[in-house]
Amino acid sequence: MSETKIKITNLHKAFGKKVVLSGVDLEIAKGESLVVIGGSGTGKSVLIKCIQGLLVPDEGSILVDDQEVVGIDEEEKEALHSKMGMLFQGGALFDSLSVWENVAFDLLENRGMNKKDAKNEAIRVLRSVGLAPDVADLSPSELSGGMQKRVGLARAIASKPEIIFFDEPTTGLDPIMSDVINDLIIESVKGLGATALTITHDMTSARKIADRIAMLYQGKIVWQGTVKEMDKTDNPYVRQFINGSSQGPIKVEV
Amino acid sequence: MCLKSIENFLRRQGQPLVKFFSSLGEFSLFVAQAVYNCFTPPVYWRNLWRQIVDMGFYSLPVVGLTTIFAGMVIALQSYSGFMRFGAEGAVASVVLISVTRELAPVLSALMVAGRIGAAMAAEIGTMRVTEQIDALVTLSTNPFKYLVTPRIWAGLIVMPLLVLLGDVIGIFGGYVVGVYKLGFNPANYVNSTLQNLQAIDITTGLVKAAVFGFIISIMGCYNGYKSKGGAQGVGTATTNAVVSASILILIFNYVITELFFSK
Repeated sequence: MSETKIKITNLHKAFGKKVVLSGVDLEIAKGESLVVIGGSGTGKSVLIKCIQGLLVPDEGSILVDDQEVVGIDEEEKEALHSKMGMLFQGGALFDSLSVWENVAFDLLENRGMNKKDAKNEAIRVLRSVGLAPDVADLSPSELSGGMQKRVGLARAIASKPEIIFFDEPTTGLDPIMSDVINDLIIESVKGLGATALTITHDMTSARKIADRIAMLYQGKIVWQGTVKEMDKTDNPYVRQFINGSSQGPIKVEV
Repeated sequence: MCLKSIENFLRRQGQPLVKFFSSLGEFSLFVAQAVYNCFTPPVYWRNLWRQIVDMGFYSLPVVGLTTIFAGMVIALQSYSGFMRFGAEGAVASVVLISVTRELAPVLSALMVAGRIGAAMAAEIGTMRVTEQIDALVTLSTNPFKYLVTPRIWAGLIVMPLLVLLGDVIGIFGGYVVGVYKLGFNPANYVNSTLQNLQAIDITTGLVKAAVFGFIISIMGCYNGYKSKGGAQGVGTATTNAVVSASILILIFNYVITELFFSK
């Protein structure tokens, strides 16, 4: 196995009395695309927010490039974020800025690139996710859901991050657009040689983009392996999830 | 058994108190962080400029209308009130003192709190619930520096300027009523205003304005920043921002007046 990029050990997080993560252990190798699957409300989003330092875990350790993330200060956090990119579920595009300003945000605000170069770079990245240059001057609210996802992806990859997070990248898209986004994710991750961590409950998407899949249930990783292994496993949780059955060990809290 | 139920009773009763102190602590931390970030680079000049224009330039009509009518009504009221003991001559000075010390700062601040405090809470609150604030963090940008400090600086810079202008407009309102309605001699009215003009009246008004500007911005930002739960949460944040800012403005108005004038 190659070099480890992210190593999570015994991660715990609770909100008040509600325990969300109760001892997650997970390793992601450099250049690998790991997909974490699990039902709604199983703490998938909390997991990636902890890795990014957006939430502080109650217990446990997260190493990114052998550097501890839990408990770092603001400056170190900014350095950490400069090697990460994230595609948010709802896009989270800045609606006070135009599309190209969104894509070039990091280049403009933090890397001191001048406006003209930043715009050219933004247009280049937009083109790489299949958007025409005339989209650049629109406002995010003028775009369709699929286009917003593409702009979000463009923003996530614009500063050439080493690690990219995808939060439910295909949720809310039609099957064809989902596939387009999946292709773009594979292309951009491979193109950058980045490490990718995706959380989703869309199994079609998971099969397509994953090198490896891990399943989160009741705050723990209950299974992990490749897509082939997943189809052969007799793990009851995984079987129930991929078959989409209401019968089985996974109880849905109504 | 009995002890247990007493304990439960106290626990239930104590809950709101615990909640109150924990949110007070949270608020203090927010203020401390905001102030700290005001004095450390980087500064997002474009955001600062946008806030100054929003808070200053676009508040001009509101502040102008508020202060002109305040000045006018004070002239009218003090004339009819002071007639009872034959002191109508004091109208010009009463207008001057009440507008510069109280009416221009307080009324302008309350109007700006409604206009801008609400907008801040709504904008930042929407950014919170749509994960735009998280997105800022993932783009290596400190959301305090990007969102909060430009608004605080704008409040501190813009409110005194607005109030200075409000002073002039309010006094002019008093002049218009005094001269055209109450029949004062224009030259006498102006003279009596200028003779009574003291720096302390203006400066205390401006100090108040700066404090009110800070209150408006910090309450708008804090309530927006902490909002959760979608559209309803943003609505609550907006209401809280305006109500809390208005009440704090009135409280601090008294405190500052006491500091300057109680001798």
